[in-house]
Amino acid sequence: MIRVVLPAHLRTLARVGGEVTLHVEGPVTQRSVLEALETRYPMLRGTIRDHVTLKRRAFVRFFACEQDLSHESPDAPLPDVVATGAEPLLIVGAMAGG
Amino acid sequence: MSGIRLLVGTRKGAFVLTSDGKRKQWDVSGPHFAGWEMYHLKGSPVEPNRIYASQTSSWFGQIIQRSDDGGKTWCQPGTPPGEPTTTPDGSPKGESNKFVYDTSPETGKPLTTHQHYDGTQRPWEFKRVWHLEPSLTDPDTVYAGVEDAALFRSTDAGQTWQELAGLRDVKGNLWQPGAGGMCLHTIMLDRNNPQRIYVAISAAGVFRTDDAGKTWRAVNRGLKSQYELPDPDAEVGHCVHRIAMHPSRPNVLFMQKHWDVMRSDDGGGSWHEVSGNLPTDFGFPIDVHAHEPETIYVVPIKSDSEHFVPDGKLRVYRSRTGGNEWEALTNGLPQRDCYVNVLRDAMTVDSLDPCGLYVGTTGGQVYASANAGDSWEPIVRDLPAVLSVEVQTL
Repeated sequence: MIRVVLPAHLRTLARVGGEVTLHVEGPVTQRSVLEALETRYPMLRGTIRDHVTLKRRAFVRFFACEQDLSHESPDAPLPDVVATGAEPLLIVGAMAGG
Repeated sequence: MSGIRLLVGTRKGAFVLTSDGKRKQWDVSGPHFAGWEMYHLKGSPVEPNRIYASQTSSWFGQIIQRSDDGGKTWCQPGTPPGEPTTTPDGSPKGESNKFVYDTSPETGKPLTTHQHYDGTQRPWEFKRVWHLEPSLTDPDTVYAGVEDAALFRSTDAGQTWQELAGLRDVKGNLWQPGAGGMCLHTIMLDRNNPQRIYVAISAAGVFRTDDAGKTWRAVNRGLKSQYELPDPDAEVGHCVHRIAMHPSRPNVLFMQKHWDVMRSDDGGGSWHEVSGNLPTDFGFPIDVHAHEPETIYVVPIKSDSEHFVPDGKLRVYRSRTGGNEWEALTNGLPQRDCYVNVLRDAMTVDSLDPCGLYVGTTGGQVYASANAGDSWEPIVRDLPAVLSVEVQTL
């Protein structure tokens, strides 16, 4: 199972508490994880990536294993420890302070 | 005894303020959707417990929320909690935040470009919903004014949205964003003529359809934008801030433009200025008294470069003559050291007698007048910056 940590606002929308766990068929990539996430929680469609282009929203970041994976290809494999569920994929609202 | 429900959208959540018909004691509920920008909430005139809300965030985009119990509970219309997320045939249910410009050959228009700040052309790109206007007759039909400027309609209570793409045909390539973005912010439905809709766009102007949204035309003759446009009398490009009308006189329109307060007596066919003795004719909101079609209200602010009220005084101005002759309404409003603004959707009137008037400020105050503006009292003083105030007379 893949573990995903959502930012607070998206946990509220999805009506979940802590981490969510997802079953992902095939290669574990950003795209396959997001597809599994949006299938299970369709209210999150459009909030992490654009409805049409499927591009990551500008102020959303993907972290795992203390690395920023936001600029990786959506079809690149995620780290093995994410694929095995040892580490979560963090979906994070980017810093935008001032 | 009648009741009043105020729907207040702020930079950090929504609030519902309720009172009886005396409008003296208020209950405050909220924040709903805490931390999100709530651009606008509005209830259905035919089913007042049905309320639509625009919830938006620079991080996570657009969400549409709907309440069917007067704001006590809410759901995203496409995905009510506890229900299956797919239809019986396995298709995903409606995605209530999916606003996609219509480029289909049957009904849509090619997605061309509009002017950008730097003079280049940019393709339309959806950003957020500024305004929701429920139908006057059908609680399941609601219109959405969006940025980048376009008009969408839902006929399934907010589950799915279709663009009325003919609007972009009216010289859309010349529309351009104002400082706040290129937004369609005002939608006016004509109670006497279901085929007629007015919309206003910053910075493009006013547009009217007489066939329920299929075809549109610009109705900006008489507007002058001397310092904003190279051609002050251009057909499109004017920075209209808001328009208003009284339901009993649908051909009489009032407008607060970037500069100038304007009036039309022929459904937007031509406009003339009625700024008269206002201290400044820059401002955002304009509204009409519920029972006196020639009594109108504005809240002037100092200028386009100083978006706060002049002289440190919050003054609502009232004209009982449909413009030109204005009186300052100050009783109960701060008259020193006040530097707030009242945004375009943050003034509204109820339909009790005497007519009630409400304004929300960027300083987080919501002021109420139960006597058509003669005197005011704050309902709340310390909300986040107020983006919109709508009233329901129950």
